[in-house]
Amino acid sequence: MTLHEGAATGRRLDRMLTINGWLVFAFLYLPILVVIMFSFSAAPNVGTWGGFSLRWYERMVGNDPLMNALQNTLWIAFFSTIVATVFGTAAALALDRYRKWVSGGTFDAILYMPVIIPDVTMAVMLLLWFTQIGLPLGKGTIILAHIAFNISFVAIVVRARLANMDPAMEEAAADLYASRWATFRRVTLPLIMPGVLGGGLLALTLSLDDVVITSFVQGPGSTTLPVHVFGLIRKSVTPEINAVSTLMVTASMILVFASLVIQRRE
Amino acid sequence: MTMLDERPDSPEEEANPELERRAERRESWRGFFHAVPAYVYLIFFFVLPLVIVFVFSFASRGRTGRPILENWNFDGWTRLTDPLVSTIVGRSLFVAALNTALCLIIGYAFAYWIATRPKQSTRTLLLILVLIPFWSNFLVRTYAWRILLDSDGYITQIGEWTGLWGRMLFTLPAVFLGLLYGFLPFMVLPLYASIERIDWSLVEAGRDLYASGTRAFLKITLPLSRPGIIAGSILVFIPSLGAYVTPDILGGAKTTLLGNFIVTQFGAARNWPFGSALSGSILIVMVATTIIYFRSGARTL
Repeated sequence: MTLHEGAATGRRLDRMLTINGWLVFAFLYLPILVVIMFSFSAAPNVGTWGGFSLRWYERMVGNDPLMNALQNTLWIAFFSTIVATVFGTAAALALDRYRKWVSGGTFDAILYMPVIIPDVTMAVMLLLWFTQIGLPLGKGTIILAHIAFNISFVAIVVRARLANMDPAMEEAAADLYASRWATFRRVTLPLIMPGVLGGGLLALTLSLDDVVITSFVQGPGSTTLPVHVFGLIRKSVTPEINAVSTLMVTASMILVFASLVIQRRE
Repeated sequence: MTMLDERPDSPEEEANPELERRAERRESWRGFFHAVPAYVYLIFFFVLPLVIVFVFSFASRGRTGRPILENWNFDGWTRLTDPLVSTIVGRSLFVAALNTALCLIIGYAFAYWIATRPKQSTRTLLLILVLIPFWSNFLVRTYAWRILLDSDGYITQIGEWTGLWGRMLFTLPAVFLGLLYGFLPFMVLPLYASIERIDWSLVEAGRDLYASGTRAFLKITLPLSRPGIIAGSILVFIPSLGAYVTPDILGGAKTTLLGNFIVTQFGAARNWPFGSALSGSILIVMVATTIIYFRSGARTL
């Protein structure tokens, strides 16, 4: 094979990879766009277009159980995100700086397990545990469960940020007689803030979106929006679900986008 | 310059191993206290719940389905060999394995494409575009396929018109489509991370020594991206093994997977000990895989 032919096959391969790339992007985005599109359709069945209309959104706003569930979702996400962000950041600092104590793969494994564990098994674990220790199921148990899976996500994001940090910055502060706390407040925290905010926003999204774990550890009156919608989908599919789905998926896409942009900030 | 001599990192003090060790121990304690809140929380709301699943899997079943902590037995575990149950377990393993393979093939080509874009800004942008749907509402993304595969939807119409496929909703192919859609980004991210790190001069060297493109790929690129392949496969296989939302929304009665079966035990079937044993079998796979993975020296997935 001459060099020229090699370059030609290389170009052909690159073209094929590019086509595959755009097909994957279409695969990832088209379904979401279809839901958003049909939420504005006047047709009474979910999969056909019947002219532009906002009727499903009007119906959504007037749906009391739905709005109640939305309120629960927001409160739960708010509290669980704050706790998970503080704990997760502290854990990331410990794992990054002080390997002596927390080293050994087991600590890393414990931190990563909540990320890869199937929702159903985590849900079963927490349900059994809460009933065993006698905690009444409700908003409290949902918050406890959300913190449990979100600590890991925050810690992973913050750790990635810490890994790119120049330790000379903190050493310089210490050389200038800054106390430990002052160093943390004035140097470390501002430097890792994009990671903390990014991780926090990710935790917020995951809490707003969780279905399976919440549905196991919820109690009467504590249903969240995704759990409520999941119940509706299982019963029968209506265009009103398209409207709620559009609300949920747009909110989470905006939050994720914000999180990613903040994490990459200098 | 007496002041400078007091700095802990001055050469005089560095020469004192006892002081060094003491400072190091103090630092270690500090790190321990940083880690305490998160790990105490995770022990209390993750590790102990994980252990209790195994305890309850040996308990006996009360009238309401709740476990009773007496008459300990192996019933939950022996039922795994029951033909009905082993069919579901086998199907779940098959689905998880095939989904991992599909994600690996499509995801590798995709990650390779992103990682070989010449400009850093293009790579970052493409990666953000993968991450957005990845972290977005999983329920809605699965529900979208319910609309797309609807019997009067376009995909079904195209399939019927060309005669290539019929009604897919509530069948195994629909579940595969949903799982591939849901978990593909889990595969792409670690693959991208390891392909991007590859030193391309090694591939060039191989080519200079007259290795064909295929051979250079198989002998150089593929082995160097092994960490990504392993991490991605763990991240896809384990959640697929316990998938519940996808088969519940897109599958039917004949596509019951382990995840659905577990939920049934805590609902209609009212058999918590058996449900615990089923969950326990997934947990064994998960705990073993992650601990082996991290013990082998990996720091992240």
